[in-house]
Amino acid sequence: MKATVLKFALAAGLMAGVATGATAQQKNVTIGVSIPAATHGWTGGVVYHAQETAKQLEKGYPGLKVIVKTSPDGAAQANALDDLTSQKVDALVVLPFNSDELTNPMREIKKRGTFVTIVDRGLKDPSIQDIYVAGNNPEFGRVAGKYFVDNLKQGNVVVFRGIPTVIDEERVTNFEKALEGSGVKVIDKQYANWNRDDAFKVMQDYLAKHPKIDAVWASDDDMALGVMEAIRQAKREDIKFVLGGAGMKDIVKRVMDGDKMTPANVSYPPSMISTAMGVTAAQFYTNAPMRGTYTLNAELITKDNAKNHYFPNSPF
Amino acid sequence: MTETVLPTRAEKRKFAIDMRALSPFIALIVLIIAGALINPDFLTASNLLNVVTRSAFIAIIAVGATFVIAGGGLDLSVGSMAALIAGVMILTLNNLGGGDVGTLAIGLLAAIALGAACGLANGLIVTFGRIEPFIVTLGTMGIFRSLVIWLAAGGTITMRNFELRELYRPVYFGSIFGIPYPIIAFLVVAAIGALILYRTSFGRHVVALGSNEDVARYSGVPIWRVRTLTYIIQGICVGIAVLVYVPRLGSATPTTGLLWELQAITAVVIGGTALKGGIGRVWGTVVGAVILELVANIMVLSNFVSEFLVGAVQGAIIIIAMLVQRSVHRGR
Repeated sequence: MKATVLKFALAAGLMAGVATGATAQQKNVTIGVSIPAATHGWTGGVVYHAQETAKQLEKGYPGLKVIVKTSPDGAAQANALDDLTSQKVDALVVLPFNSDELTNPMREIKKRGTFVTIVDRGLKDPSIQDIYVAGNNPEFGRVAGKYFVDNLKQGNVVVFRGIPTVIDEERVTNFEKALEGSGVKVIDKQYANWNRDDAFKVMQDYLAKHPKIDAVWASDDDMALGVMEAIRQAKREDIKFVLGGAGMKDIVKRVMDGDKMTPANVSYPPSMISTAMGVTAAQFYTNAPMRGTYTLNAELITKDNAKNHYFPNSPF
Repeated sequence: MTETVLPTRAEKRKFAIDMRALSPFIALIVLIIAGALINPDFLTASNLLNVVTRSAFIAIIAVGATFVIAGGGLDLSVGSMAALIAGVMILTLNNLGGGDVGTLAIGLLAAIALGAACGLANGLIVTFGRIEPFIVTLGTMGIFRSLVIWLAAGGTITMRNFELRELYRPVYFGSIFGIPYPIIAFLVVAAIGALILYRTSFGRHVVALGSNEDVARYSGVPIWRVRTLTYIIQGICVGIAVLVYVPRLGSATPTTGLLWELQAITAVVIGGTALKGGIGRVWGTVVGAVILELVANIMVLSNFVSEFLVGAVQGAIIIIAMLVQRSVHRGR
């Protein structure tokens, strides 16, 4: 019966919300969640928020069951998806390792009538996904760039890139676009792999190479921590601030406390998995239309709003 | 006739080996000159001290790797092992909670002990399990890495006690007579390593084992014990490297020590140790580690290499450095 209702839901599109909404009260709904294992800080945050949200949703919607599965790599994730679908899930929330790899497996799953929600990394064929919740990487770079233009006005900035990926490319291109026409100048860019140790080394080298650096765009909080240690060692006074990104709790805490070197941060919340899970559950339990693409803002975190972004219990 | 030919051959060979031991140093000097030409800031004392200090972890780990590789083995687990030891050491310090020297000493001892234990595990599985060291240490590499991810719950393990952090910080950033402690640490480790490898019977057993295991066995070398000991030495070296690593950032993350095993092996090979075993050069290894770090430094200091091509140029420089070394001792 579950399956027939769902097929009907898919076929009828918007009207389906009403149909499932009416029957959902009596029946059980199972949502499978497939996410990367906690292999670095940000994915650690994703796992934490997925588990927290699973508990909250199960409490909030009677009859709802949420299964969270973590996978260490792309191949393992494809297997995990098989496991989940064999447990007859009504909906799948997936944060793919590599969206290209997962496009075909997801198409098969979709054909069987499962409701599909994709997070952060969209599938190659967007018609597969019923809901797409995306972080906004171009915006992430733009917001950071605007912060430099507004607060530094003019001066020399050094830039830290992450790992060569589309994410990194979108962030950096839009950062530079935001600086165009202002007095802020990028004097150096290097990859530091979103890694503290690498950022420490590159910053030491920047400090040796450039006699005057006004500010640093570390573009990531892990890298920002390495950068600040190198600045502290060199005892350089010319650097006014370091802007990281992603909203790591230690950094958000510093922003909250009004630390001069970390006056702000740009969010790229791992809790976007919670948004996706919430919207997916609502699809089954409310009459509101839920299908579509949700693009989350990359927000500028400052002293005023930092406490909304501070999760002391999260590992990230 | 053979009587007249043989001695000259032997003499030639001896001379060639000397050049081979010297060639990493020549490559180092060439690199320093190149760096100075590319950017005058390269030759400032602070830059050079930074670079040599940074190479300390890899240098110390690579001294251990020199033993393992000279003995015909291989250890791929050192990077993960370093991350695990750093994580456990910080958790130990956090749980003890104190901000005094005593607490710190317990943490340091725990790190060394864990290093030795990890090395012992590698060594025993290789010798008693009779499994290829490549496979064994690939396995333990995954195990150590996962353990640190598990301990950190995917996040970061950070030293919580601020006083302790400040007390410990000078171990990386402090110096005596202008020489940073990490440099002193790796010089001491290398000196002890050289002493063991060149001046003890154990050291000669390691080299004998690496050049021909069967001959070594028939000559009465206690193969299993010597081999296991090389892995324990490697483990202890990783422990010492962690002691210098932790005070730098005061934290361990799941990406700590990523690919250090490759850097350590590269340093060993640049230094003139044979990857197939039988030749070990501790001082060459240390120079190899410094060369690796220098190349990365020169890349950032240069203005004409696009950040997209840094890896390619780095790779090319390392290969050219090796070719220069070869031509130096082939040309004589």
